Amino acid sequence: MAIIKKALFYLLVLVIVVVSVFPFYYAIITSLKTGTALFRVDFWPTQISFDNYTSVLTSRNFPRNVLNSLFVSASVVILALLFAVTAAFALSRVRFRGRSLLLLTVLAVSMFPQIAVLAGLFELVRGMGLYNTPFALIFSYTIFTLPFTVWVLTTFMRDLPVEIEEAAIVDGATPWVIITKVFMPLMWPALVTTGLLAFIAAWNEFLFALTFTSSEVQRTVPVAIGLLSGASQYEIPWGVLMAASVIVTVPLVVLVLIFQRKIVAGLTAGGVKG
Amino acid sequence: MAELLLEGIKKSYGSVAVLHGIDLDIKSGEFIVFVGPSGCGKSTLLRLIAGLEDITGGRLSIDGKLVNKVAPSERGIAMVFQSYALYPHMTVYENMAFGMKLGKAGKAEIDRRVREAAEILQITPYLERLPKQLSGGQRQRVAIGRAIVRDPKVFLFDEPLSNLDAALRVATRIEIAKLHERMSDVTMIYVTHDQVEAMTLADRIVVLNAGRVEQVGSPMELYHNPANLFVARFIGSPSMNTVPMKVETGGASPRVTPRNCKTVEVDAVIPEAAAGAEGTFGVRPENLHVVGTDEPPGSVPVFEGRVDIVEALGEVTLVYVDVGHEEPIVAKIDSDLSVKKGDRVTLASRPDNFHVFDAKGLAFPRRSAAG
Repeated sequence: MAIIKKALFYLLVLVIVVVSVFPFYYAIITSLKTGTALFRVDFWPTQISFDNYTSVLTSRNFPRNVLNSLFVSASVVILALLFAVTAAFALSRVRFRGRSLLLLTVLAVSMFPQIAVLAGLFELVRGMGLYNTPFALIFSYTIFTLPFTVWVLTTFMRDLPVEIEEAAIVDGATPWVIITKVFMPLMWPALVTTGLLAFIAAWNEFLFALTFTSSEVQRTVPVAIGLLSGASQYEIPWGVLMAASVIVTVPLVVLVLIFQRKIVAGLTAGGVKG
Repeated sequence: MAELLLEGIKKSYGSVAVLHGIDLDIKSGEFIVFVGPSGCGKSTLLRLIAGLEDITGGRLSIDGKLVNKVAPSERGIAMVFQSYALYPHMTVYENMAFGMKLGKAGKAEIDRRVREAAEILQITPYLERLPKQLSGGQRQRVAIGRAIVRDPKVFLFDEPLSNLDAALRVATRIEIAKLHERMSDVTMIYVTHDQVEAMTLADRIVVLNAGRVEQVGSPMELYHNPANLFVARFIGSPSMNTVPMKVETGGASPRVTPRNCKTVEVDAVIPEAAAGAEGTFGVRPENLHVVGTDEPPGSVPVFEGRVDIVEALGEVTLVYVDVGHEEPIVAKIDSDLSVKKGDRVTLASRPDNFHVFDAKGLAFPRRSAAG
């Protein structure tokens, strides 16, 4: 009985792994193929050629698009965390009228579909003169990331012991010092998790990136990949497309692997009793 | 060196008043203990002094300077929290140095002060450890050390021992007493619900109840001359036996009759007009003796009844005697005496151990103050 249970469990795990990893695996083996091999269905790599990679990386704008993506995503993470941490401090520790209403409003904002605010946001971006610059994307992504980030950090901060904050107040710490020197070190797991999710969301976003940029130089990776074209409009360059996808996915995988070690529980152990 | 003056300190949360005007004059270098049952406002009062809560009404001055609106870090106070409240991500050294670093003190000065404090508290070997690597007692020492490093004028303790086990509690209590001796010019204010801590540490005890000061005085003063029924029953363990009584005569030779008991003469100033009034009669368990055993000369019999429960604690024995009231009368007697359940006993005490309170619960003052 126990063996069957175990076997079923691992079977389930296997199914989940295959379903989630197979598309990526298939993208990798496809990216290593050239010519007509692309249109044959193979489950194992039959030829290994890096032609697609060289062609992507030496193309005119792709490296620039990667840099754009990096800049936008990193800026979004930094901005979102900065605003979210300070907002979370106020929302979790300062008593003021309408606090829960504000929290609910923040949550409500995040429920709007992107397409619903696209037109308004477009006007806003244009009005501020940000159209076709990375700042248009930073601005719009930060807006969409903040509700989530604020909520997660507020919940997390609420659970930090009040006494630690009070001890810091007695020690002469200003709210800013409390946030940066006392709370932030305790909030690493939450910061890393929300930061990572914000990064992924910004890295993968397509609709805003497509709408708010017009020139190839300003595009981010998802749009660049989407608009990759072959020799004619009837040919889709699958090999190059897959190579580009792999290139932009790898940084995310690496990031998650690095920070997964940092996401450790029990960081507050020892500060207060219990 | 700091005198504290509290004038009509009030605190309310919205419409709920927690403190109803506290007046207190704390002298420099004094060890003051706030005691009271849970919810009496003692911790709130401490937090008002610390500046962690806003004062709703009244004036708080430290060294003659009004500090109602002064930030906690500028009041010259340091606070030790019940839950230690150490910074979990900093080493012991960094924990202790944090306040001084924020105060922009020099590195050498910080180092000297931290090491000095660590030496006093014997935590030098742990300076590089994180709080989670320390035991509860060590953590509390670090918390005290952090407070010492700040070189405060006023030291505030918020139930610092209540998270420690019994043995450690005694050891740390003695250490706090030593600390007070060593830092004799530092005013210390200590909140506890443990009356042993209050009795042993305090120069003066402030008994709080429901947001009001019931009595302020030295431990022995509170023990011998409680101002009212609340203090009488709160100080001392087991609590003072109290029974309803009727005043027979006031004036020169006041006599009262506790319900179901003999009429006794008491050592109190009772106005003649009070004759016939109701009141409360009290006597402490440790002042009661079983007649026919070891009662001291001059004892007069008061209670008579059957022994209900006998609790032998080793050094003393507690005897619960049913004298026809709702609550049994407790007597703390010598453990050598053999009193058994079901025995009929008479309990006696010297008249100067009797406490009498009027119908409002206020004590009739003693004629001769008994120490």
